[in-house]
Parts: sequence; structure tokens; C-alpha cells
Amino acid sequence: MMPSLQHLLYLAAFLFCTGLAVVMVKRNTIMMLLGIELMLNASNLNLVAFNRLYPASLDGQMFALFVIIVAVCEAAVGLAIVLRVYQHYQTSVPDEISELKG
Amino acid sequence: MNTLTFIFYFFMLTAAASATGILLSRNVFKAALMLLVCLLSIAALYVLSFAEFVAITQILVYAGGVLVVIIFGIMLTSKLSGKPLQVGHTNIFAAVLSGILLFALLANFITDDVFAVPQHAVETQGALQTIGTNFMTAYSLPFEIAGILLLAALIGAAAITSFMKSKKV
Repeated sequence: MMPSLQHLLYLAAFLFCTGLAVVMVKRNTIMMLLGIELMLNASNLNLVAFNRLYPASLDGQMFALFVIIVAVCEAAVGLAIVLRVYQHYQTSVPDEISELKG
Repeated sequence: MNTLTFIFYFFMLTAAASATGILLSRNVFKAALMLLVCLLSIAALYVLSFAEFVAITQILVYAGGVLVVIIFGIMLTSKLSGKPLQVGHTNIFAAVLSGILLFALLANFITDDVFAVPQHAVETQGALQTIGTNFMTAYSLPFEIAGILLLAALIGAAAITSFMKSKKV
């Protein structure tokens, strides 16, 4: 038999908590983006796993596809902002970016 | 334990281990490569969960697109200063505490047997066809909005980075 739904949900919860810890711990904006991607993937894993409960509808997989689309937009715009901020402040440590004056 | 179950647990362990590696690594580039391993094993889990189209999209978009963009970002932000790609850690206690607490909270809900999988054989005939039909019928409005969002993100990202040299640093 296949592993139960619970195991996938435990994995997704673990990935989400790891992503949260990565966002909180790392002192680098790109590492924080990696953590956000990890959290988005954990939520996608949950959606696909719950789709196994209702295999006829495929609504979970559709929603996972839309989440992937939005995650791509977030990554592109986020990295563009990171590059721009790096160009301006010469640092990618978010704690050191503390002045509002352009 | 048959082969399928073994493959399933293998990819679950790979995903969890590479996510832990991201958390522990101090090198940004190694963390990005470990994220690639994590994304690919999640794609394998999608295949094993009867979501082939999502798995292919995951490999194409994440492993092929987002990771390349992230590695470009790493190289562009490290080239200018010449510093090594080491990353400091802060708030370790708070992050570990909140991670463990959130995991305990989620595990508390998962442990309840409200999510029982029906044990009948899953019908996967024509899943790709159903997804394509869904995109054009029930999900046509979100599909169009996603197209507009992608266009806006593309133009926005290009516009943000195209002024790179125009302003004095």
C-alpha cells in the first residue's frame, strides 16, 4: 500500500517550519527568498496531498498550479528588488538596510 | 514493504534532509543547490501522488526557472563586493523555538484521524485532459488573471533592474 496522507502532511509541515526558520535565521535576502520558496512548496505539497482525497475533481492540483505561477512572479520581482537594493546599499544583509533616504 | 513505498519514503527523506541542509548551511550557493534537490524530490512525490502535470510544471518552472534566477542573483550580488558567500545567523533561538512550536501545533492537528485516505483505487484516467479542460472552462478567469500577472511581473522586474547604471551608487 501507499504511505498514508499523514506522512505527506508531516513532511509538508516540516518543510514549512524549516522555511520559517530559514527566513528568521539567515542574514541574507537571497537566503530569505529560498526560505519563502520552501514554504510555498510545502503548501503546494499539502494541496496535492489533499487532492488524493477527492481524485475526481483535481481542484487541489489546479490550485497548486496557480500557486506555482504566483511564486514565479514573486521570485522574479523579489530578486529584481534585491539586485536593485544591493546596487544602492552595497549589501544584501536586511538589517543593514535601515535608511529611507534614497 | 514494496518498491513503491520504498521510493516514496526515500524521496520524503531526501526532501526533509535537503531542507535541513538549507537551514544549516552558511554558503548561499550550496543552499540553492540543496533547494534544487528538495524541489526535485518534491516533484517525485507529486508523481507518486498522481499529480504528473504539477510535477512536470514543478521541474520546468522551479528547477529550470526560479533556481536559475536565484543563482543569477547570488552571482550578481557576490561579484560586486568580492566577498565570499558566507551568511551569518541571527535569532537562532527564536527561529528554532517558533519552528518547533509551529510544527508541534500542525502535528497535533495532523495526528487526529480526520484526514483518512479512502483506500479504493485512485482513478487517474485523463487527468491531464481534465486539467486542460478546467483551465479553459471553470478556471478561465483565474487563468487570464494569471497571464496578466505574469506580464506585469515580467515588465516590472525588467523595469526595476534596467535602471541599474543610471543612478549613482
